[in-house]
Amino acid sequence: MLDLRLYMLQRLSALILAPLVLTHIGVMIYAVQGGLSAAEILGRTQGSIPWMLFYGLFVAAVSVHASIGVRAVAAEWFGVRGSALSGLTLAVFAILGILGARAVYAVTAL
Amino acid sequence: MISPHRSHPLWFAFLLHRVSGLALALFLPLHFYVLAMALTSPEALDGFLSWTDMTIVKLAEYGLVFLLAAHFFGGLRLLALEFLPWSPRQKTLAAGAVALAFFVSTTFFLSAV
Amino acid sequence: MAAETDKPEKMMDVSVWRGGPDGGAFESFKAPQQESQTILDVVTYIQQNEDPSLAYRFACRVGMCGSCAMMVNGQPRWTCRTHVQKVLKDNKLVIAPLRNLPVIRDLATDMTVFFDKWTAAEASFTPTKTRHDPMAPINPETPERLAASEAIECINCAVCYAACDAVAGNEDYLGPAALNRAWTLVNDVRDGGHESRMDAVSAAGGCHNCHSMGNCAQFCPNELNPTASIAGLKRATVKAALGLRK
Repeated sequence: MLDLRLYMLQRLSALILAPLVLTHIGVMIYAVQGGLSAAEILGRTQGSIPWMLFYGLFVAAVSVHASIGVRAVAAEWFGVRGSALSGLTLAVFAILGILGARAVYAVTAL
Repeated sequence: MISPHRSHPLWFAFLLHRVSGLALALFLPLHFYVLAMALTSPEALDGFLSWTDMTIVKLAEYGLVFLLAAHFFGGLRLLALEFLPWSPRQKTLAAGAVALAFFVSTTFFLSAV
Repeated sequence: MAAETDKPEKMMDVSVWRGGPDGGAFESFKAPQQESQTILDVVTYIQQNEDPSLAYRFACRVGMCGSCAMMVNGQPRWTCRTHVQKVLKDNKLVIAPLRNLPVIRDLATDMTVFFDKWTAAEASFTPTKTRHDPMAPINPETPERLAASEAIECINCAVCYAACDAVAGNEDYLGPAALNRAWTLVNDVRDGGHESRMDAVSAAGGCHNCHSMGNCAQFCPNELNPTASIAGLKRATVKAALGLRK
């Protein structure tokens, strides 16, 4: 299910995700104090190039990482094989990538 | 039931990593969808975010942050296992990863309430 | 001792899987408990006293040959070195053929796939010298030789292969035994098969399918750690792919 190429993509995306996830958890702990509001979130992110790059990279890495992870689970636990497995991997990658890009645009564009 | 050939700590670490990863992958589309409301209908986003004041939703968030932190710290252990010289203390490291995940997610929960 | 032999025999319940490639079921037997008795002793007792048609496999009886592995109370074990006292639960034993392998009959599995995967992993020595060359000097203290020495002494019993959930979920996965052996050869300076072996363990069923759940190391009767060996292979293949090795 995983050859060297997919394995390297998954571990590389994991290495990229590590500092991003740590920052994300830190931001969550900070932002959740006093409750969440759209104004507070957007005030922090709208028009910010650094946050756009941060979350853009986050979405790209997580789309790669999650699609390969789901692929392994689908193959081993649910017996998915062949072109269905490739299709599923690509579908998860595309769904997360498109929805994620849309979300990043929504919260960081001016 | 957990089969006897799986009843050891590193298999449970594997299961936690897999289940947390799967749960996060399922959660992400919803997360992205809600955030994109900022563009389409900001009122709907605020309406959604007002839910997060409910205790039950805060508990669900606690669970999600725990899964994220568990996948993060557990993943760091796996990266170290694969790319650094072998350490015989894998069970201790796995337990430490779970402890750190509890610490981080509880910090989040205490900030949220 | 006299008092002990006078004691009435204490019997235990033994469920033995009977059947063939198309399925089967557990059959109940009673066997007497004895001092220092192994699981293989129990299986042999049943075959000699209860049902001579019971099929099972063994050879050396001393933990050398790797023939007699079976599932005992749900865990893969080398039966000739597993004491009944250690695994008996509620006076009951459940003995089944090794997991992850096709059954020939009763407790005997077909290990063809297991050994085919050793070949597929190129887990055999590729000589670089002939008998006319002098013996290669091997320094036992080099990191490569220390890594290889950690992982030799495998007896091909397939206990790790039966324990592995990655094998259970993926019929192409080469499995811990073959990959562990490949790792010893990657570290053998006399071996000449490095590049093709790297390709073999990097293919779709290769070492990258391991999830480090550690069932193999948990149950290896010789206390080897295939999880660590496979991690070494992953590292070596990534280094090679990035052009960092040699």
